[in-house]
Amino acid sequence: MDILIEFFSLQDPNIRFVLAGTILLGISAGALGCFAILRRRALVGDAVAHSILPGVCLAFIVAGGKDPFMLILGAFVFGLLSMVAMDFISRNSRISPDASIGMVLSVFFGFGVVLLTFIQSTGYIDQSGLDDFLFGQAAALVGEDVLVFGGLSLLILLITILVFKELKMVSFDPSYALSIGYPVKMIEFLLALLMVLTITAGIQAVGVVLMASMLIIPAAAARYWTDSLHIMLIIAAGVGALSGVTGSFISYTAPAMPTGPWMVVSTALIFFLSFLLAPGRGEIARFIQKKKLSQRVACENILKTLYAMEEEDGRFDRVRPWKELRQRRHLTKHRMKRVVSYLLKRQLIEYFPGPPEGYVLTETGRREAKRLVRVHRLWEKYLNQQLQIAEDHVHDDAESMEHLINSEIEAELRKSLGSPELDPHKSKIPYEQESKPKTGGGGS
Amino acid sequence: MYEPEKDTSGVNPGRTGNPPIEVHDLTVAYDQKPVLWDIDFELPEGSLTAIVGPNGAGKSTLVKATMGLIPSSSGYTLIYGKPLDKQRRNVAYVPQRESVDWNFPISVMDVVLMGRYPHLRLFQRPSRTDREIAMQVLREMGMDAYQKRQISQLSGGQQQRVFLARALAQDASIYLMDEPLAGVDAATEEVIFRKLKELRDRNKTVVVVHHDLQSVPENFDRVMLLNLRMIAYGPSKTVFTDDNLQRTYGGRLNILSQMVEESRQQRFVRESDY
Repeated sequence: MDILIEFFSLQDPNIRFVLAGTILLGISAGALGCFAILRRRALVGDAVAHSILPGVCLAFIVAGGKDPFMLILGAFVFGLLSMVAMDFISRNSRISPDASIGMVLSVFFGFGVVLLTFIQSTGYIDQSGLDDFLFGQAAALVGEDVLVFGGLSLLILLITILVFKELKMVSFDPSYALSIGYPVKMIEFLLALLMVLTITAGIQAVGVVLMASMLIIPAAAARYWTDSLHIMLIIAAGVGALSGVTGSFISYTAPAMPTGPWMVVSTALIFFLSFLLAPGRGEIARFIQKKKLSQRVACENILKTLYAMEEEDGRFDRVRPWKELRQRRHLTKHRMKRVVSYLLKRQLIEYFPGPPEGYVLTETGRREAKRLVRVHRLWEKYLNQQLQIAEDHVHDDAESMEHLINSEIEAELRKSLGSPELDPHKSKIPYEQESKPKTGGGGS
Repeated sequence: MYEPEKDTSGVNPGRTGNPPIEVHDLTVAYDQKPVLWDIDFELPEGSLTAIVGPNGAGKSTLVKATMGLIPSSSGYTLIYGKPLDKQRRNVAYVPQRESVDWNFPISVMDVVLMGRYPHLRLFQRPSRTDREIAMQVLREMGMDAYQKRQISQLSGGQQQRVFLARALAQDASIYLMDEPLAGVDAATEEVIFRKLKELRDRNKTVVVVHHDLQSVPENFDRVMLLNLRMIAYGPSKTVFTDDNLQRTYGGRLNILSQMVEESRQQRFVRESDY
């Protein structure tokens, strides 16, 4: 508890530096990452991130130590170089884009590791912490670094907001953008530039190996919560910022813990929660939807079964025993109970304690059952008559379609078939007009 | 693409006199394989033209190359006598529906508003008037109730209507549409055909890549029959004949397409290419 207060009171300037740096980075990477994943460039981001390692090493050699401006310059140049290389390979050879991404990533990164080993073997005085660029070491962020790297993040964010309209257009429909005279090539280049800059901004805090995940994961998580691009950007930025806070906090409480990897782990956690919990798209919501649909189908099938029994003996007043219903529908006892209690609650069926004990359709229940039978038979008729499918093949398809046909499609079916009287099996198609069920008086 | 110098600066007769679209000597090659040969045509104002031809005849390519969206080996487009690049706002393009990702997080309204972008400056956001215009065209396409929907929730026909609405929002005088009637329901087809005729009657110039031969004569007043080259072009009444269709869709490979295949296999290059 004390450590929480100590951390969030921000008394320690070191904490302020680290927090500012990681939060700014999280925001800009999250926002820009949305464009990367929507344009299916996530892997390119990963390749660029790995490819800046040699740039970082060369900057170290040239400057003779860690100089933030030189580091950014080196990283930036190699990031761009890797993009040009990927583009050149896939444009001028038969190698597919994914293969060229893989090639560039490993060759550049390999070269970077060679340089890193070289630096370590020559015994530079100030070489300590150079391998921090592999996995990041936010704790090493000091005043000047934060100004430089944080300033870079802010710049990226500002540009993204300014040209949001143009970025959206080019990401969604580049050919239309081109048709109205947008400088699509330039905007795409700007996006590439921003991506390289974001990755560059992240080398100190997160490192080249993990930086791509700060672009990809917050954006992927944000997509679960919204259907609007600017809200997606805001959520992704928020996820990035939050991971900056958690990453910094964890590495503060346990000093041996690295910030970058913990930032990545927190984004992954948020992604996982989104994947489970997001309304509509999340796994839990989808599971509930499926359950509801299957419950509805089961209910509709019971209504239909009751209607079929009425049709068979022409008796609307006879109660149908539980056992008979179960025999016809093959539901488990538990499932059957749930379905029946739902139908009772919705007043689609009525229960009579007997004797004989059983269930009977209410007026609304009968209307609904009739509708189901009607669309079932209309669909069979449609398949048989207009798609020339044999009448002994149409039933199974209609069994599932009947639950999906809405009144609009029903009207269209009736229009195109001319409201036929009989289905392909010569059963009567029950229409709404003759709804007074007084005709079926005969029977036992 | 070649654009003649003299037309940019020289006499500028405005809209009168020059046809809405002129295309000269257009040739396009993909990966050494020529897909369009020497296309020449002019379109008059207030016309509704169908481009028809078999699969792979280069219909989409013709539209894209006319708009300068893909590089052409030779040829150029003039819009009212001026180079295309000065007139882009005046030409509305409707891409093929499959050309975009319909899962993109964007609403119907946002897509239609893109039609207003040519009227906006860099950094400028759409205004209230732009939104009103977008709403108006959505109403015209019978899609106003869907303005807040995310685009993946629409049916194919509705998506096509949204694309058309975006072109209408651009308020252009020339419309180039790539298969706007592909895979649409009967209701959408009716709405689109009505809109196309209305545009023509308002003296706009409309070109539509079309796949359904049966609906050509009654809906389009001009037709372009295309199969790598222009087979025939003119008023539907005189051009849309069995004979011309036979020449366009004729089964066997003609010598031209054999040569096309040959030049691809030999990786033919021109003298000027290297």
